[in-house]
Formats: sequence, C-alpha cells, structure tokens
Amino acid sequence: MQVLGLYNYWVVIILMMAGLYILIARYNLIKKMIGLGVFQTSIFYLYITMGKVQGGTAPILADGIEQYSNPLPHVLILTAIVVGVATTAVALALIVRIYEEFDTIEEDEIKAIESAEQDS
Amino acid sequence: MIADQLPALQIVIPMLAAPLCVLVKRSNACWAIALVANVLVVINAFALLHQVRTDGVIRYALGGWAAPTGIEYYVDTMNAIMLLLVSFISCVTLVFAYTSVKKTVVTGKHYLFYAAWMLCLTGLLGISITGDAFNVFVFLEISSLATYMLLAFGSDRRALTASFRYLIMGSVGASFILIGIGFLYAATGALNMVDLAQRIPDAESQRAVLVAFSFLTIGLMIKAAVFPLHGWLANAYQHAPIAVTAFLAGTATKVSLYVLLRFFFSIFGPNYSFGAMLLNVVLLPAAIVGFLLLSLVAIFQTDLRRMLAYSSVAQIGYIVAAFCLATQSGLTAGIVHIINHGIIKTALFMSVGCIIYRVGHAHIGSLDNLMKKMPLTVTAFIISGLGLIGVPLTVGFISKFSLIGASLERGWWMVGALVLVSSLFAIVYVGRVVEIMVFRSSRTDTPEPTGMREAPMSMLVPMYVLIGISLWFGISGSTTLSVASEAAAALLGGYQ
Repeated sequence: MQVLGLYNYWVVIILMMAGLYILIARYNLIKKMIGLGVFQTSIFYLYITMGKVQGGTAPILADGIEQYSNPLPHVLILTAIVVGVATTAVALALIVRIYEEFDTIEEDEIKAIESAEQDS
Repeated sequence: MIADQLPALQIVIPMLAAPLCVLVKRSNACWAIALVANVLVVINAFALLHQVRTDGVIRYALGGWAAPTGIEYYVDTMNAIMLLLVSFISCVTLVFAYTSVKKTVVTGKHYLFYAAWMLCLTGLLGISITGDAFNVFVFLEISSLATYMLLAFGSDRRALTASFRYLIMGSVGASFILIGIGFLYAATGALNMVDLAQRIPDAESQRAVLVAFSFLTIGLMIKAAVFPLHGWLANAYQHAPIAVTAFLAGTATKVSLYVLLRFFFSIFGPNYSFGAMLLNVVLLPAAIVGFLLLSLVAIFQTDLRRMLAYSSVAQIGYIVAAFCLATQSGLTAGIVHIINHGIIKTALFMSVGCIIYRVGHAHIGSLDNLMKKMPLTVTAFIISGLGLIGVPLTVGFISKFSLIGASLERGWWMVGALVLVSSLFAIVYVGRVVEIMVFRSSRTDTPEPTGMREAPMSMLVPMYVLIGISLWFGISGSTTLSVASEAAAALLGGYQ
C-alpha cells in the first residue's frame, strides 16, 4: 500500500512531467506558458504536501491544538506563487510584444522569419 | 552603528533606488539616482570586504530574528568578492549606459530601464550575500525577471524572442533550484545554509538529498550557462542593448557560478559533491567540451557580439573545470578567473558598444580599417582581447597560468593541455577580428560612411577604467590571487 500512500507525490510527478512536456513539445508560446504554469504548480504541490502532518490542524496558537502542520513550506510557497505570477505576467507581456512585431505566436513561424532576417 | 548594518544596506540601497526611478520618471534624473545608489553600493561592498578580511565572517540577522527563525546574511571573503565585483561592474557599465541607452532605448521608457537595472542589481547582490537557501531562489527570480525586461529593451525585434526563450529556460532552471531546495528541506528540515551544511552529513544516505543535489546541479548549470545548457545565452547577448550585455556578461553568469560553488563546497562539502557524487565525471567533461567546442564555434561567427557570447560560454568552461579540481589551488584559479573574466568581458562588450554606437552594427566582415577611424576603441578591444587569450602581463595570463598550475598539481595534465589548445582557438577568433579592424584597408567601392569618429568620452572613460584595472591585476596578480585563495580556503574549510 506504500505506493498508494504516496498518492500526492504521484500527482506531483505527473503534473511536473506533463508541464515540462508541454513546455518542450508545443510551439505556441501561450501553450508554452501553460506548460510552465503546470510545472510550477506541481512544485507548489510538492512543498505543501511536505508540510502536511497526518491528523494535524492549522498552526494556530490556541489551547487544545497539539499537532499541527508545518507552516513554513506554506509560507515559502506563497512567495513562490508570487514569483510565478510575476513570471507569467512578464511572459504574457513579452508575447503581446512578439505578436505585435511578428504577427504570430507560433515559434516555428517566428524562427522562419528570424532566419530569413539573418540572411539579408 | 552604521558599520553593523552594512550587509542590509548592500541590498536596501539599490532596492529603494528602483521605485524611486519609477516615481521620478525623468531620464537623466533616473540615471543620476541609479548611479548614486550604485556608487554607494560599491563603497559599501568595499567596506564589507575590508571588514571581512580584518574581523572575519559577518553573520547578520535580518530584523533581529536569529538564524533558524529569520533570514541570515552570511558574508565571508567569497561573498564579499562577489559583492564588490557585481556592484563595481554594474557601476562602470551604468556610466557607460548613459549615452548608449539614449540612442538605443525608446525615449520615455528610460526610467523603466534604470528601474529594472537596479532591481537586477538588487537580485544579483542578494544572491551573493544571503545565507538562506530559499532566499537564494527569491533573489534569483528578482534578478531574472529584471533581466528578461532589460533584454527586451533591445532595438531589434529579435530581442523579444531572445528574452522569451531566456525566460522559459531561466524559469525552468529556477524551478529546478526550487525543487532542489524543497528536497533539501524535506531531508534536513533546515533552510539556513550553515544549518544545512551541518545536517547534510547525517542525511547523506537519504535519496532525497541525492535528488536535491541533481536538481540543484542542473538548475544552476542552466543559470550559469555551462556547456550543454548554454543555448539561451548567445541570442540574449546578441540582441540585448549593449550596455545590458556588458553588465550581464560580467555579473549574471558569475553569480550563478558562485551559487554553484556555495552549494557544492560549503553546503554539500567537496567530499560529497566530488567524492561520493562523482560530479567530476559529469561536470568536468561538460566543462572541457564546453571550452574546446565553444572556442571553435566562436571562430565562425559573423557577429562580434555573438562571437564574444560563445567565448563567454568557453570561459565559463574554464571556471567550472577549475572548480572540478576541488583543491585549494583549483578553486583559487576558478575564483580569480571569475573576477578577471568579469572585467575583461565587460570591457570587450563595451568596446563593441562603442563600435555599434558609431558604425551601427557589429558584422565582423565590414569592420575593416576601423583602427584609423576609432583608434581608442580598437586599442581597447585589442588589449582586452589579449587578456581573453591569456598573453603575459594581462589578467587572462594570471588566471590561465594558475588554472594550468592547479591541474598539473592535481595530476590532470590533460586538462592543462586542453586549456592551452583552446587558447590557440582564442588567438584565432580574436586575431581574426583584429586583423580585419587593423590591417585590412577599406573596400574602395563602398562610399566612406559619414560621422565615423571616436566614440564619446562618456563611453570611453568607463571602458578604459576597466582596462586599467585589468592591466593592474595582470601585472601584479598577487592582490587578486591572495584574496581569491582566502576565499577558496574559506569554501574548502566549510562554515565555522
């Protein structure tokens, strides 16, 4: 039953690989960003899973709370989520600019335009 | 007392300068704010280096929260060197940027450019000073996000795609580092680097530590552009505004190499990284193939910036090869080369910046007879080019000499021999450009372009400041070597 008990980690691995695959295999820049988002989310999930204590409650300083989840990974992941949002924002802004300049967001088409430019 | 607060000021000053630039909005005023902040940071870094060398390691608890609870800044000689290098190169390139930014960056966006520059500086300094593993990731992302923005300021539209590709690669690299830190935390329950270093020996047998180590290695190799993972670098350096290229070439990859050093030596310890983990088998071949192949690739480039970008990857190969020796003299050679290469590559990109400013492009083939038109710029290029090759009396000689010495000492004479071979390639790629610029006379069928004269003083002066320093370090190498060997000893000795 140990394999099933690590259910959360299996989800992390599947999300991580799916995200990385989308990132590598798709030419559409927006889809790449979706892949990156999935990839980063899997890491958040990994951290949060790590902090969970079986049977523990929220880490509040009050009477009757003996066992609680480790709050530190949650705090770290709040920071990482902010970083992830910022990265996505910058990337989407870049994609808008790329679309304005190249009239496409397909990477293979952009590459073709760029290599034609290099020859001239 | 202000002397106690130096580690915090190092980060706070540039971080406050960034929003100030956004509020002020006037191009010249922003530049002045950035420059003042940067000069203060250089002085601060100098003071820190002095303090560390006289009084030993500084451990600064941010906000008064002691280490396991709060974030700690840890400054030893190695950190102080990086802080000084990064802030100084940023300062000099900022002076250089004034004129070149006016020409290349869209008017009205200058304040954002300088704000992003300050944020990038904040991030790079933060990575160098922090003693907390998770904090490394946060500062890494601050500097990376600012870098993507700076790269996209390039006048060519290919700057946008180069920036996007770097964003993808950089985010994957940073995410890998985040995963690595997560596994380390899971295995040891610590994020503070000193605590990590103490607890890892007990946790070494856990597979989580091994996984953390692998993720961190790959992530940092992407960030530092070590050979098979250097793909993002050439496009980014070629299309970015040249002042940004000069700044990043001297600092960004070097800071990532510093993190690599910190993790491999201080946290995991050389015995784990290079003994049990056999990192030599992975990293050393990558480094060697890197410096041989990329020096060769550099020979065939038609764009001067691209040639120098590939040469940068080759130089990173030397540095990593030096780290792989994992001895006192090997580390010293690596650290010295971080400093020396940072200085000469920045000077080289500055001279290319001068050429682009006057000529308008950097196609090597059409730079013929440039010596007559821009003698000072070309002379600067030649001097720092010689430094890149490693001719005696230049800084390149000091670092290559110590690298070869260290590899012989370790008994790996092949590494030394291959360094010499790649130096021959360097002679070819630098020599080819110099030959065109100095000896080839202008083609008579093309009309003489007008306005060809020496680059403005505001670009020449910072460039010659760097060249002066590189010559000084080249002739009396003992200053850098002694500081670097102190840093190497601190790294090998582990945390006190």
